[in-house]
Amino acid sequence: MKWMRFTVPLVLFLLLVGFFVVGLERDPREVPSPFIGKAAPAFTLTQLHDEKLVFGPADMKGKVWMLNVWASWCVSCRVEHPLLVEMARRKVVPIVGLNYKDKREDGVQWLAKFGNPYDLSAFDVEGRVGIDYGVYGVPETFVIDKMGVVRHKQIGPITPESLEKIILPLIQKLNA
Amino acid sequence: MKTKTLVAALMVCVAQLAHGQASELARPDAATESRLKGLAEELRCLVCQNQTIADSSAPLAHDLRNQIREQIAGGRSDSDIRDYMVERYGDFVLYRPPLRPTTVLLWVGPFALLLVGAGVFGYAVRRRRVATQDALSPERRVALEALLEESDGAAAPGSMKKGART
Repeated sequence: MKWMRFTVPLVLFLLLVGFFVVGLERDPREVPSPFIGKAAPAFTLTQLHDEKLVFGPADMKGKVWMLNVWASWCVSCRVEHPLLVEMARRKVVPIVGLNYKDKREDGVQWLAKFGNPYDLSAFDVEGRVGIDYGVYGVPETFVIDKMGVVRHKQIGPITPESLEKIILPLIQKLNA
Repeated sequence: MKTKTLVAALMVCVAQLAHGQASELARPDAATESRLKGLAEELRCLVCQNQTIADSSAPLAHDLRNQIREQIAGGRSDSDIRDYMVERYGDFVLYRPPLRPTTVLLWVGPFALLLVGAGVFGYAVRRRRVATQDALSPERRVALEALLEESDGAAAPGSMKKGART
């Protein structure tokens, strides 16, 4: 029985350390999205560059595409922007922007300044579509398949790592 | 001079605060506001995760409060509105998470720990009791009492001696 005096606390301690290690590796800001595997919510919005034109996710049926939520006031959008521009240059996938709670002229100016990787940007001035997509930390990026089902959601800026390890392989798989 | 600028700065701040709230309180309606309060206090603001939608001053919380107001005005029930939030932000928005396979540990864990604690406590108490009973087996008790009596008798004449012996 004497050995229990040491092994029991030791095992409990190691268990605790295990929990801490796992807990520290996780990002509490990354909340699992309830949208994965569900149809992307429908909406109709005017386009950023032309308020007479409208856009809805149904327009992209049959294509694998990315919906990228951005705004001119969003600082971390600038971090991921060069990656999006590069993706657009290589024509990896059509990218649609969702200009979130922005002013039209600010958004247009921002794209003129930093480059426009988007096929088009939908203009969500009130942030209602943002709410429908559960957006809480701009930038966010949704990968949507040919059937209009959300397959992946990236919260926060796209990084070279997330692009390489998750997004590009997923797009390849969906296009196959 | 310094205090004057300070007061001026404060006034600007207060004015801005008042302005910020004006858009929220544009439609004061006691019944709606009290329902909103009840709902918003149980919903997490995802931008600042440890605040409720009721407490948070984040723009998203503001929008969601307005969204809830609209839905109340539209005649939707509290559970409809809660479902609406969960559909978009997941169970994480609820401060009172539902019982599901993924949340069983969350609900049962504390009680399981309490049970384990009670078990360990009971075990320790029983062990101690057995240990004290061992120390006072019948034969030893008799011997001890005899010793005590003897020492009492011997020590009676002088208290000095007793002190020395014990």
